[in-house]
Amino acid sequence: MSTATARKIRVVVAKPGLDGHDRGAKIIARALRDAGMEVIYTGLHQTPEQIAETVIQEDADAVGLSILSGAHMTLVPKVVELLAAQGVDDVLVTVGGTIPAEDIPELKKLGVAEVFTPGAGTDDIVDFIRDNAAERDDV
Amino acid sequence: MAIEPRDKPAYKEREAEFSTMSGQPIAPLYGPEHAPADPEETIGTPGEYPFTRGPYPSMYRGRLWTMRQFAGFGTVEETNERFHYLLDHGQTGLSTAFDMPTLMGYDSDHVRSLGEVGREGVAVDTLDDMEQLFDGIPLGGVTTSMTINAPAAILLAFYVLVGEQQGVPPEKLGGTIQTDILKEYIAQKEWCFPIEPAMRLVTDMIEWCAENMPRWHPVSISGYHIREAGSTAQQELAFTLKDGFTYVERALERGLDVDDFAPRLSFFFNAHIDFFEEIAKYRAARRIWAREMKETYGAKREESMRLRFHAQTAGVSLTAQQPLNNVVRTSLEALAAVLGGTQSLHTNSFDEALALPTEEAVRVALRTQQIIALESGVANTPDPFGGSWFIEKLTDEMEEAAYDYFRRIDEVGGMVEAIRQNFPQREIADASFRFQQELNERRRIVVGVNDFTQDDEEPTPILRIDPALERKQTDRLAATRASRDGAEVEKALAELKRAAATEENLMPPIIAAARARASEGEMIAAMQEVFGTYTESPVF
Repeated sequence: MSTATARKIRVVVAKPGLDGHDRGAKIIARALRDAGMEVIYTGLHQTPEQIAETVIQEDADAVGLSILSGAHMTLVPKVVELLAAQGVDDVLVTVGGTIPAEDIPELKKLGVAEVFTPGAGTDDIVDFIRDNAAERDDV
Repeated sequence: MAIEPRDKPAYKEREAEFSTMSGQPIAPLYGPEHAPADPEETIGTPGEYPFTRGPYPSMYRGRLWTMRQFAGFGTVEETNERFHYLLDHGQTGLSTAFDMPTLMGYDSDHVRSLGEVGREGVAVDTLDDMEQLFDGIPLGGVTTSMTINAPAAILLAFYVLVGEQQGVPPEKLGGTIQTDILKEYIAQKEWCFPIEPAMRLVTDMIEWCAENMPRWHPVSISGYHIREAGSTAQQELAFTLKDGFTYVERALERGLDVDDFAPRLSFFFNAHIDFFEEIAKYRAARRIWAREMKETYGAKREESMRLRFHAQTAGVSLTAQQPLNNVVRTSLEALAAVLGGTQSLHTNSFDEALALPTEEAVRVALRTQQIIALESGVANTPDPFGGSWFIEKLTDEMEEAAYDYFRRIDEVGGMVEAIRQNFPQREIADASFRFQQELNERRRIVVGVNDFTQDDEEPTPILRIDPALERKQTDRLAATRASRDGAEVEKALAELKRAAATEENLMPPIIAAARARASEGEMIAAMQEVFGTYTESPVF
């Protein structure tokens, strides 16, 4: 009788560090919400610890980290490490912002699934998250 | 002779409708029927009320705008070198960019500063850093702009003390410190305290500068960041002016005479890519400010009514794709700022969608201004667009849009209350999302991004910040902490805290603490014990 209902994809959009540039994060949050996902926007000035905790508490399928301050090589690895330390290995981690091309391979090596740089289309970001966030059904 | 109506196109057109990037509809043709009813009163003459055509009678025939490139990265030594480089290349004023921890009131050794020190600007923790930052630069001979808001009083104190060491008293120091905290809550989001105590600090600075620093601009009321956060031109204009009126009201409540402080208020606007709309924005800004200062706030001196501004080309208009195209964008934006009558200008560098600019990119940006000023001929006459049917109509429409927002803000109880209710934040988020949708649907084109794209781009060399500098800066701070008189610092911080709990002006105790070499973070923390901190409830 009862069939598994596809659960909405849950995405945490987070602003790590002191960076106040939130235009991109808000646009992405809204585009994901309009695409039918459940979006938790952390707001600004989050520590990696706060972000990891939000991802776990919200049982998120994906987390998008928005950084335009140049601090990505410090902050992204920390979030990834904290998630791994808590045994979280099925959350899709993406990064958006002013990330120099040569930093992208290193971020991907750490386990970041994709990096979206200035000019990336919101549709592409929505599609990427929809296609890659782990399929999970509530039974 | 009857004038033909021109609100319907007479010919087949490329698009169903035309509008500015902010959505203002553009008629098929502008003509005499669009001319203002009373041009003497609304357009007037450059240098005369209501200053629509410019704050000064001869404009750039008398004096060119100040070419002021914003710079700051890494340690104080590196930024000091960049300052000397810019001055050697013909720049006429300095402009300091601080790093995120400095903007947020954290010392470089604070745990929250990790990875952020010197990244987006220069790190300044104590008076020692400020001394090094301006080493070899006679403060009596330059004007300096400092882009900092929540901790502005502390950085101003550092600057005053460096001046003192050079034998330049406060009354001889010229420049601007941003201090515009309202737009932080609206758009830029670098804060230390709740809104009310932050407003008190702004008013303290206005009061102290009115008495002690007659050549200084204690607040630069800024639309730049509002626009960068995705607002329309109309929102930038309206929210910025409303922020300005709010500071004026606070200073009047403090008992100051409007003509004692208003002449030292200045503005900072964005110069975005929609050429005519930007020119109209600056012209409308001057007219509205003049009228409100005179009629609502009772200003008597012309200087109190005369809006002067700095402009910066739109960082948000730059593309990471085909970055050399940004030289063209920046040229057009700079030209709009000049034709709109700016008093000083920063032109962005073509590589800034990728990282902080390289020296070469900064030089091209400065050269862009020099070409506009000295080759193009546009500086030969004030307000060359004055009287254009199109520009005057756009200016009028810009003004109407601003007054519409003033009314909506007043309805919720003023700007501070509107910010608490997220009103401007929501308006900006909506506008920014709408624009992004227009890009997605290719109703708006950004060359190289959603049209005319190119796959085989050569990588652009970018400025890398050495990660070792964070250590260098924290070592420097440790050295200051070790060498200063700890008891004296404690005493100064206790005095600052005591004064914070009263209604006394906080500039004197901040200067005293800075002199004792207390750090920025220590002073902020002392005040936070009294004022508390701020957390926003974000809307998207």
